[in-house]
Amino acid sequence: MMSEMNSTDGIVARFSGSLDSFDLSAEFTLPRKGVTALFGRSGCGKTTVLRCLAGLSQMEQGFLSVKGHVWQDERKFIPIHKRPVGFVFQEASLFAHLSVKDNLVFGQKRTVGNGQVIELDEIITLLGLEHLLSRSVHKLSGGERQRIAIGRALLSGPELLLMDEPLAGLDKFSKDEIIPYLDRLFKGLDIPVIFVSHDTEEVERLADNMILMDQGKVVAMGPLSEVLSNPTLYIAKGPKTSSVIDVEVAVFSEIDRITEVKFDGGVLQIPGQLGRVGSKHRISIAANDVSLAREKPSETTILNVIPTKVLHIHLLDGGRVNLLLLIGHQSKKDGAKFLARITQRSLRKFDFSVGQDIYAQIKSVSMVGGSQTV
Amino acid sequence: MWDPIWITVKLAFITTLILLIIGTPIAWWLARSKAWWKEGVAAIVALPIVLPPTVMGFYLLIALGPDSPIGQLTTQLFGRALPFTFAGIVVGSVIYSMPFVIQPIRNAFEAIGERPLEVAATLRASPLDTFFSVALPLARPGLLTGAVLGFAHTVGEFGVILMIGGNIPGETKVLSVAIYDHVEALEWGQAHILSAGLLIFSFIVILSMMVMEKKLGRRLK
Repeated sequence: MMSEMNSTDGIVARFSGSLDSFDLSAEFTLPRKGVTALFGRSGCGKTTVLRCLAGLSQMEQGFLSVKGHVWQDERKFIPIHKRPVGFVFQEASLFAHLSVKDNLVFGQKRTVGNGQVIELDEIITLLGLEHLLSRSVHKLSGGERQRIAIGRALLSGPELLLMDEPLAGLDKFSKDEIIPYLDRLFKGLDIPVIFVSHDTEEVERLADNMILMDQGKVVAMGPLSEVLSNPTLYIAKGPKTSSVIDVEVAVFSEIDRITEVKFDGGVLQIPGQLGRVGSKHRISIAANDVSLAREKPSETTILNVIPTKVLHIHLLDGGRVNLLLLIGHQSKKDGAKFLARITQRSLRKFDFSVGQDIYAQIKSVSMVGGSQTV
Repeated sequence: MWDPIWITVKLAFITTLILLIIGTPIAWWLARSKAWWKEGVAAIVALPIVLPPTVMGFYLLIALGPDSPIGQLTTQLFGRALPFTFAGIVVGSVIYSMPFVIQPIRNAFEAIGERPLEVAATLRASPLDTFFSVALPLARPGLLTGAVLGFAHTVGEFGVILMIGGNIPGETKVLSVAIYDHVEALEWGQAHILSAGLLIFSFIVILSMMVMEKKLGRRLK
């Protein structure tokens, strides 16, 4: 049937209508692989979108196709239990009447469709669950419960993994404990993952793509680095605005313990040993840690002075301004983009303008670990 | 003396079993339905709590009697109408004890909340599968309470049984009716034995139910 097929082999979603007097009108497409953060302020409708994807909520008008199969259109609505999705709720919601192991295999026993088959042993190893199997579900920490819930969702053989703020209910300690597991897990998954979050740190660490929502609408979507460095979005206006760049370790200098990393269009020097040569990492640059100069500063203690081109200037409240800078514009291929935050007074004083070549001095760079698409 | 005891136990057991089978789906519907008229159904189910047993017995007698449609049906099927038979007092007990079974089960279903059912659905469990593999096990404390209350309440039944069952030894003469008979005949010794037995039975039932409920509840928390 032609209508069953769709040109894209990823996810095409369109939901509009109102639910409990909340108006939603969201539309997006996603690739067939990779981790996407559904990001936005609380109450922007991101959880509703996730519930619509799973079939837990139904909008008046909706369309959803996953890998060419239509799950919802005007005539059709595949019920939740017939959709090959894995869903992780904010609270782990383990079944209180079942053991840890029976919780894990609850979905595995009921697998439908042809999602990624993952064996129980593999999940147990990946999520570090060996020592939890014999325990009662009532004697687990928040992080442990959530790991089991994630394993349970994955064992159901999903073609799509959905997570509703999986870390929001956890304390800092549990969060730090669970993130490396997620990181490792996501890298090995062959299915798309969509997770709802309102925590930038979490998103920088785990996501490849980002869908930014505001007041029931999708305001931006694309690769994480692009959305984060879009100077016009509301997330670029906050005090902690930062950009991410995926880098690869090029050289480590034993003498002064500096790691040189390369990325599209340039290199950065970062203190400390970040990893073996060739290993991939994600770094984050806070817009406030970038200062600008018209000429190449000859005498400065700052290691990373990079030639860039101004792509966009966006005035903000409070006398500040965002500049979107492009690295590596002199080479054939465009490189990474990142944001700099300066005052409007400096902007006027140095008369920066779009298209101009200037130097960016990056005062500090932080590692975010992260999940890179290789 | 053993006849009334045996009939009472048999009646209570069958009544409880029937109520668990038909009461559980009703309780589920009352807990989950969004129909505006469901509280009306709930009120009908709860009616026996406030209705005098004689009133209920009177209407049942008419409804089940040989001249009623139900009576004609049972006469065709089994050769006689239900009043003054064991089957008749089972029907009366089922209706009379219904609220005591349905209410605790409904409360237990409501206490589960939406989430575990949603989780089960995302793990490919059909609604029926979810009912049996998630809702019922999680509602265990309520099912237990309902069963115990239904059993105990049926054991203590008097008015309805006297109205539709009469006082036929070996058929419809239950403990409470036997005690009444003994008192009428001034056989105080016999009445004492049966009454004290029922008193102790009731206390043990209530006590063990409370203990078990606490235990189960802790395990499911």
